Amino acid sequence: MARTTTKDAQALFQSLRSAYASTPTNLKIIDLYVMFAVFTALIQVAYMAIVGSFPFNSFLSGLLSCVGTAVLAVCLRIQVNKENKEFKDLPPERAFADFVLCNLVLHLVIMNFLG
Amino acid sequence: MARNYVRFLALILAISICSEAAIFRPISDSHRSAALDLFKPIDGSFSSLEETYEALRTFEVLGIGNKLDISASTCRSVVEVLGSSSSNLKDLFYALKNQGILKCAIKEEILKGVSSKLEAAVNGASSLPDFYYSVGGLVLIKDQTPEVNVLLDDAEGVFRSIKALSQSDGRWRYSSNNPESSTYAAGMAFEALAGVISLAPSEIDQSVVATVKNDVVKLFDSIEKYDDGSLYFDEKTVDAHEYQGPIFVTSSVIRGVTAFAAVVSGSLKLPGDNMVSIPLIVSLPATVLSLTQKDQLKVSVSSVLGSDAPPLTVKLVQASSSSSKGASIIENQELKFDGDSSFHVLDALPDSVDIGKYLFTFEVVLYDSENEKVYTTGGKTQVPIFITGFVKIDSPEIAILDSDLGSIETQKKLDLAGENSVALSANHLQKLRLSFQLSTPTGKAFKPLQVIIKLRHESNVEHIFLMGNSGKQFEIILDFLGLVEKFYYLSGRYDIELTVGDSVMENSLLNALGHIELDLPEPPEKAARPPAQPIDPHSRYGPKAEISHIFRAPERRPPKELSLGFLGLTLVPLIGFLVGLLTLGVNLKNFPSSAVPATFAALFHLGIGAVLLLYVLFWLKLDLFTTLKAVGLLGIFLMFVGHRVLSHLASTSS
Repeated sequence: MARTTTKDAQALFQSLRSAYASTPTNLKIIDLYVMFAVFTALIQVAYMAIVGSFPFNSFLSGLLSCVGTAVLAVCLRIQVNKENKEFKDLPPERAFADFVLCNLVLHLVIMNFLG
Repeated sequence: MARNYVRFLALILAISICSEAAIFRPISDSHRSAALDLFKPIDGSFSSLEETYEALRTFEVLGIGNKLDISASTCRSVVEVLGSSSSNLKDLFYALKNQGILKCAIKEEILKGVSSKLEAAVNGASSLPDFYYSVGGLVLIKDQTPEVNVLLDDAEGVFRSIKALSQSDGRWRYSSNNPESSTYAAGMAFEALAGVISLAPSEIDQSVVATVKNDVVKLFDSIEKYDDGSLYFDEKTVDAHEYQGPIFVTSSVIRGVTAFAAVVSGSLKLPGDNMVSIPLIVSLPATVLSLTQKDQLKVSVSSVLGSDAPPLTVKLVQASSSSSKGASIIENQELKFDGDSSFHVLDALPDSVDIGKYLFTFEVVLYDSENEKVYTTGGKTQVPIFITGFVKIDSPEIAILDSDLGSIETQKKLDLAGENSVALSANHLQKLRLSFQLSTPTGKAFKPLQVIIKLRHESNVEHIFLMGNSGKQFEIILDFLGLVEKFYYLSGRYDIELTVGDSVMENSLLNALGHIELDLPEPPEKAARPPAQPIDPHSRYGPKAEISHIFRAPERRPPKELSLGFLGLTLVPLIGFLVGLLTLGVNLKNFPSSAVPATFAALFHLGIGAVLLLYVLFWLKLDLFTTLKAVGLLGIFLMFVGHRVLSHLASTSS
């Protein structure tokens, strides 16, 4: 049973990897960007866990900046993905422009809250 | 101004009929300085000739030789007024009055011209002030310059016209048109009538003069009296603008009546003993006499303005003690006149005179009976006199007694003339006794106003006791058993202080006698607490205690190295991202190559970079409003540029 589970897991993992290889490069870039944002958030949480949450506003703004930008990147990925039927008519440049604008607004708020 | 002048004039000429005159003082330097303050010339002259005359006359009466400052300018204005043809009667009158005091150099022709003008005015006058000023002016010219011949042709006619303005109650109207009458006008009228009589070339009909005398008597029926007996005239109907007070009115009447009485033959029958007299005042330089220093009783008699009195004797009619119900100790003593000091002196007080408060009654007897018409002495003058002396204190002693039995445990003699510091101790079962005898210089018993013993505790709680006496012996017994509650059960050291004092006692004393250690029982539960002692008043406004503020403990900050370490750690995912990008093989192939889109693309990237830079600046030093303004501007630029680039890219890729 255990061997089958491990083998199944390995097989699953391999199939995921091969499937992922076929995704277009721009989507991979976006995925990488999301990973970067999430890791930065995790490091900030670890720092807060060590030293305490003073000043709390700074911690929140740093964390939400990472989380926000990750969310916006995910939205961009959804909109840019050609296999997504819902956004067929939306040109990817438009989605990218939205991404940039929303990021700028987010970061203005973040900078204000940073203190 | 008129009031000040009038006041001094009134004092000279006032009728002071009183049976018991109050104590007056003659004119002193305070009056003189008050007069100088009141009459202050502006730029060397006064506002009117009337005021100038009042000032000069006041200075003359008081003996202030200050006329020289204003005499030059006054003489100039006097000459001007007398020489001018348009001066009115009042100005001429007062100019002549000033001339009487200052004696300026005026040419005879000018005075002749003035005199003829005044004569014409007299004949043409119809109102009382006109008569008054013109007749008065003519009298002044006649007195000052006998060379100028002053004639009043129709003196009798003038007399009758002035008389016509009189009323039945003795007062006068100002003019025939005006029905208002006043007592002040009556004074003016009498003076004018007196002037007419003195200027008349021939005798005036005596029957008319007699009717005026009757008017004077009628006017004196309206005389009023103050509480202290002095008499005065006042207006019945008061016109608020013109009202100047009883002194003003009285002085006008007196001036008029005096002038009239001087020119008529026969006497005016007036109510009262004296006519017009100079009052003499009895004054004492010192009302406190000391027996120890053998002070003599000194009295001075002078007129109100300080001039010498005629020869007279002062008699001490009676000296009665205030306390022993008026028993007189001195009767009918004559005081000797000491020519050097011009005081009347009583050689020596009789030996039986003791210390205390007395009432001395003086009477002035004039040598020359003729003077009695000229001077008035005011009857008997009463003066309160204090006679002070040394009070003998005999056998002062302080003792602690045992209760009930009264046996003496400690007894100490005191020396109240010098320093004492006894040290006693007692408990609550004992008594404290303080006793001494007081006697006056003549040996009689003496009860001073204050005989007080004070016990003060270390904590500044004080207790005051009054001592009683029987005859000469003063004694107090403090029974501590009864006083335990009053003392708030405070044991400890009490300072003893004795006060013996009176206004006639020259050796009043406030002595610290020493201290007593009191041993009182413990206070019970419900005992009254001693009253809180007053706080030093300065401490209320002094600085208060320093407040030590308690701050919130500052947050524990992480060590610097840890923070920097994590800063570096945060950059690791960024590096990972860049490495990942390179692994994926990113390229810039889609970057537009043709010129215009390329510039726009470059600008797009620069714009985004500029916004991010702005955010960094915002974090570092800018405020939100500046940032928003800048973001707005950059945003518009960015949108425009971005739109161009992205639409170009969209068109090329589709």
